[in-house]
Amino acid sequence: MMDLIKEYWQQYLWGTEGRPSGMVVTLWLTILSVCLGFMLAIPLSLARVSTNPIISRLTLAYTYLFRGTPLYVQLLLIYTGIYSLHAVRATPLLNYFFRDAFRCTILSFTLNTGAYTTEIFAGAIRATSLGEIEAGRAFGMSTLTLYRRIILPSALRRALPAYSNEVILMLHATTLASTATIADILKVARNAASDYYLPFVAYGIAALLYLVVSFLLVWSFHLAERKWLAHLRPAIKRMG
Amino acid sequence: MTSLVFAYGSQLWEGTVATVQLALLSLGLSFVIGLAGAAAKLSANRWYSMPATVYTTLIRGVPDLVLMLLLFYSFQDLLNRITDAFKQSQIEIDPFLAGVCVLGLIYGAYFTETFRGAFLAVPRGQLEAAAAFGMTQGQTFRRILFPQMMRFALPGISNNWQVILKATALVSIIGLRDVVRVAQDAITGTVSKGAYYAFLFLLTAALIYLLLAIVSDWFFHILMKRYSVGFR
Repeated sequence: MMDLIKEYWQQYLWGTEGRPSGMVVTLWLTILSVCLGFMLAIPLSLARVSTNPIISRLTLAYTYLFRGTPLYVQLLLIYTGIYSLHAVRATPLLNYFFRDAFRCTILSFTLNTGAYTTEIFAGAIRATSLGEIEAGRAFGMSTLTLYRRIILPSALRRALPAYSNEVILMLHATTLASTATIADILKVARNAASDYYLPFVAYGIAALLYLVVSFLLVWSFHLAERKWLAHLRPAIKRMG
Repeated sequence: MTSLVFAYGSQLWEGTVATVQLALLSLGLSFVIGLAGAAAKLSANRWYSMPATVYTTLIRGVPDLVLMLLLFYSFQDLLNRITDAFKQSQIEIDPFLAGVCVLGLIYGAYFTETFRGAFLAVPRGQLEAAAAFGMTQGQTFRRILFPQMMRFALPGISNNWQVILKATALVSIIGLRDVVRVAQDAITGTVSKGAYYAFLFLLTAALIYLLLAIVSDWFFHILMKRYSVGFR
């Protein structure tokens, strides 16, 4: 057991000899896909609540497709499926993009978390109280200003609890990257497990690392909620 | 090209059946664990509530794939050590059984939270009335708590079911012949004959999951209507 830890601890955390692996890769996968997913979800959640039925339905089709199928299948489809198409291999730019496991993984993670985040944000936008919108209108705000100053800041704050859940689920979902040969925490654990025939120790360390990151995320979102949702806390708690 | 999908059609069907069976059995197991977990978590006795809290916190903090590999390979390792010690031949754990146990254990933690919320949503007066009628705890649960709790729990149950259905795809990683594994085998089978139908097979697998999701959405919509009779 000590041998396993001695040989693999660096790989579990940040990698060796300029080859990043483990925790660093997991965090990078999570941050990148969550940020890109967020950028995708902002315009799409606006499209989702659009009064134009075509725009709204098209967005629903996207979110339904990606929420109704397993992320593992989406990853396989993007990583192995798309690259098997002759048209993709024949186009230099597409060939360049889909050849790389990391790019394919990030693409599938982004599209997946983007779909869930779109629905979370759209739900929060729909739940904006009419009084806030009326107040904005009474100030003579245009629709754009109204969204920028009133609806989005208010909705994104209220979406925080559900969004924090999605971010943690995304952290957990990054484990699928190990199936696409990316050296995240789980991939290091799989290598260590087969190297030493100590599955409990190897996977146990991985579980512990994920647990620590999950708790840190929960805690930081808790702080964020205290700050940005202070106005929605019950009065009694606020005094305490 | 489509004839190829039909050639693998019966295998894809068997994979689909395996996926649905796995999902349903896991749902049943996690449902039972969830009810017991919620009861334990709400118990005034710390010897019940503490372990339940540790269980839900640990399980929900670790990715399901990590838990699956951890439990599957550790248990297989333990079993091998025991059979070696007694000089017996090795016993291979069945991936289907392992999948049901692991998914049941993982989603039991999520169901514990769902049911805990639903238990708390039933007005206290209902339980006091049941006690005043001299009902036993079992009777109170069966006649009063459970039917009313289900209305609050259904959205959560529906959500958990959809998550379990998709999580079954992970069990192919430990060797179950589900839809995903059949599709992957079909890809390898056709590639050896010089054809590249990876996209087609994976798309078919995705569509099967989508169909299952649509059917379950519709089913839960009907259930929701049934349990909300008398409200709205």
